[in-house]
Amino acid sequence: MDSARRNFLKIAGLAAAGLTLKPAGNAFGMGVIVPEPDGAAKFDDALSAKRWAMVVDTRKFTAQTRKAAVAACNKAHNVPEIKNPKHAIKWIWEANFKNAFPDLAGPHVPPQVEREPMLVFCNHCDSPPCVRVCPTKATFKRKDGIVTMDFHRCIGCRYCMAACPYGSRSFNYVDPRLHLGQTSVDFPTRTKGVVEKCNFCAERLARGQMPACVEACRNNELIFGDLADPNSSVNQALRQNFTLVRKPELGTQPQVYYII
Amino acid sequence: MYDKGKVITGIVLFVIVFTFPFWINVGKANIAPEPKINPEVAGKVCVEDKAFMKANHMQLLDEWRDSVVRDGNRTYMGGTGRYEMSLTNSCMGCHNNKAQFCDSCHNYISLTPNCWNCHIESKENTNG
Repeated sequence: MDSARRNFLKIAGLAAAGLTLKPAGNAFGMGVIVPEPDGAAKFDDALSAKRWAMVVDTRKFTAQTRKAAVAACNKAHNVPEIKNPKHAIKWIWEANFKNAFPDLAGPHVPPQVEREPMLVFCNHCDSPPCVRVCPTKATFKRKDGIVTMDFHRCIGCRYCMAACPYGSRSFNYVDPRLHLGQTSVDFPTRTKGVVEKCNFCAERLARGQMPACVEACRNNELIFGDLADPNSSVNQALRQNFTLVRKPELGTQPQVYYII
Repeated sequence: MYDKGKVITGIVLFVIVFTFPFWINVGKANIAPEPKINPEVAGKVCVEDKAFMKANHMQLLDEWRDSVVRDGNRTYMGGTGRYEMSLTNSCMGCHNNKAQFCDSCHNYISLTPNCWNCHIESKENTNG
């Protein structure tokens, strides 16, 4: 009698454990069919390059064209305008020479250079410290050199903001949608708690368009092209002019070049 | 068995109390929602067939996301042709009635996808 009951309990226990196997397996994703995107491809008119780079011709800029370039970027990427400077979101903005090039700003800078601010934005470094420190690989460098972000993966730790020596990254301390007048449907907004920055308009290049800031400047103030192509407009500008990059001594190898 | 009456009464009471949520709600189940398609797009074909989309749209969207963001591939070869992999522009282009289409099921199963924290619902709902 006792023995029979013990056996019965053992079998009952095993049967109950067996019933939990399938739900447990499902929870771990066994047996779920994940579809692969069939024939995923680029748009036919997509612009491609081995190494995208930008040249900023600061001599050609006026206050008006700088404003136009910033406005075009903000509109294209739903960048909110937040009055509080601690919460401000910046993809492309104006900086003084002595702030953009602190290591080069000696005591005798020409008044024109000292007075006129210049446009600064993400340098899309060849050796980007933000990518190195990102714990979730939300920030990554594409094969064509663009340092961009997967906002879905950003956990808002802000390591990248500490790592970037150019202040090119902004954190959404508040819901950006509260500070957006108009929204552009071609680009998502961000949510509170993620970091964002310039992406060299990867979404526009994919459709065959030049970056929004480049398009807003009609007089070749911003030159965008493939650094790997010797005949590209970028390489021509680099051959004909003496250019600077920001904080080269840090070894980040910035790919935004400035003609002063 | 000692105290047979008390034990059996106890067991019966326990079963009644334990199953209370089930039998009190018998027949009261909310009717499963029928997501509504916009009349103007009726007859158009989705990127995959209805049964597949019903079961797998969330995995499909995740694959689209990774493909677009990571690989820069922005078009998808669907059942009847090439589609842009875009929630706002492709999916919501036809299913522009989020409340009757997406929300009806998601609310029914008490699910809050965070897609729309960032992605814009549809062209109709924007100012620009």
